[in-house]
Amino acid sequence: MSDLKQTPSQTVGPYFAYGLTARQYGYRHTSIAEGAMAGEDIEGERIRVEGRVFDGDGNPVPDAMIEIWQADSQGRYAHPADGRGSNAGFTGFGRTGTGTDPKHRFIFDTIKPGAATEGEAPHLNVVVFMRGLLTHVFTRIYFGDEEAANAADPVLSSVPTDRRSTLIAARTGNTYRLDIHMQGDNETVFFDV
Amino acid sequence: MGDTNGVTPRDWTAHPPLIHPDYKSTVKRGPTKPLVPIRQSLSELTGPAYGHDALAPLDNDLTKNGAKNGDPLGERIVVTGRVLDELGRPQPNALIEIWQANAAGRYIHEADQHNAPIDPNFFGGGRAVTDGEGRYTFYTIKPGAYPWPNHANAWRPNHIHLSLFGPAFASRLVTQMYFPGDPLLALDPIFLGTPEGARNRLVSDFSIDVTEEGFALGYVFDIVLRGPKETPMEAGR
Ligand SMILES: [Fe+3]
Repeated sequence: MSDLKQTPSQTVGPYFAYGLTARQYGYRHTSIAEGAMAGEDIEGERIRVEGRVFDGDGNPVPDAMIEIWQADSQGRYAHPADGRGSNAGFTGFGRTGTGTDPKHRFIFDTIKPGAATEGEAPHLNVVVFMRGLLTHVFTRIYFGDEEAANAADPVLSSVPTDRRSTLIAARTGNTYRLDIHMQGDNETVFFDV
Repeated sequence: MGDTNGVTPRDWTAHPPLIHPDYKSTVKRGPTKPLVPIRQSLSELTGPAYGHDALAPLDNDLTKNGAKNGDPLGERIVVTGRVLDELGRPQPNALIEIWQANAAGRYIHEADQHNAPIDPNFFGGGRAVTDGEGRYTFYTIKPGAYPWPNHANAWRPNHIHLSLFGPAFASRLVTQMYFPGDPLLALDPIFLGTPEGARNRLVSDFSIDVTEEGFALGYVFDIVLRGPKETPMEAGR
């Protein structure tokens, strides 16, 4: 088999909205995914996950795009590599831009995922894109009310103790909040996925 | 399955760094701390799966999907190619989303205030899904160059933005396709942010064979994504 080289990443730029998040931004085009991820027939606990993205000057980024990939309420991913089969109708994929909310939040209305394998804590897999990022970055969002599971999670445990809090969302009611800091003292942990 | 061996790592000789000061926006937006290595699990080895049912009939024809009362202006082109992984395996059912400026270098995006005309018959967004051989095709209009505020007299080379899903979450790619012979490439900090040896992978090839006689010029752009390290059979050897 031939040995090919990866196509380089390039920035998503400032003008992705009408192409990738058209419905959210009100363009006349469909979207393959949105921040609203859980239809009525999807089983699981309804949660909202929200936050802002801050640049190195501490300003909220109004033109970031956030994608999340998650398991269903029983920890199953809707993908052939997960042979368990998932909660029908739940794709597990959400995408939203920070440009339509007045506070530049990303907002996902979804279900709380289960743990995919024993020993792992439930989490959302996150990708961050924006103008000024030539290569997208991967991070995760864990849930603040899963203290025992978080303490045992192998990925979270591999992160230096003083940086773990950048990955854990605090719960208020049914809403989990976590900001993403691109730089600074609270710089979010980004993974070399 | 092969997936238990993981997906090939990100090749940092291929991808631009997170901070590239010539591209000014990277300075306050690129992370400064080293990326933390992660042991791949189902979270990274699975990923969004889209098939041909994600498409509407005109999604891959940008010369028609934004038409209101006529054809868009500009040079009609065909862009085609294959999506492969690093072992050369074609990637079927890979979703490709594209967006681009019109022939005058103007995006339909409302934040684009470049003083060039909107084309009422061109939207500039579309998508395609690769066939069983990993092949995709778009019909569109060659995008124009446009100015941007990065530095004095800065112009982006002609380009099409592409977003791809491959076999796994770790395969995710957003990139840009450029055109051969564009003099602006040598001046563009976004293109030049890419490691030198990898830049040519971002430039499409003109092809007279793909060119459709009397209709549209043809460009070929193959895309290589990260995929499983081994096939199940190889893993068993
Ligand atoms: Fe552009």
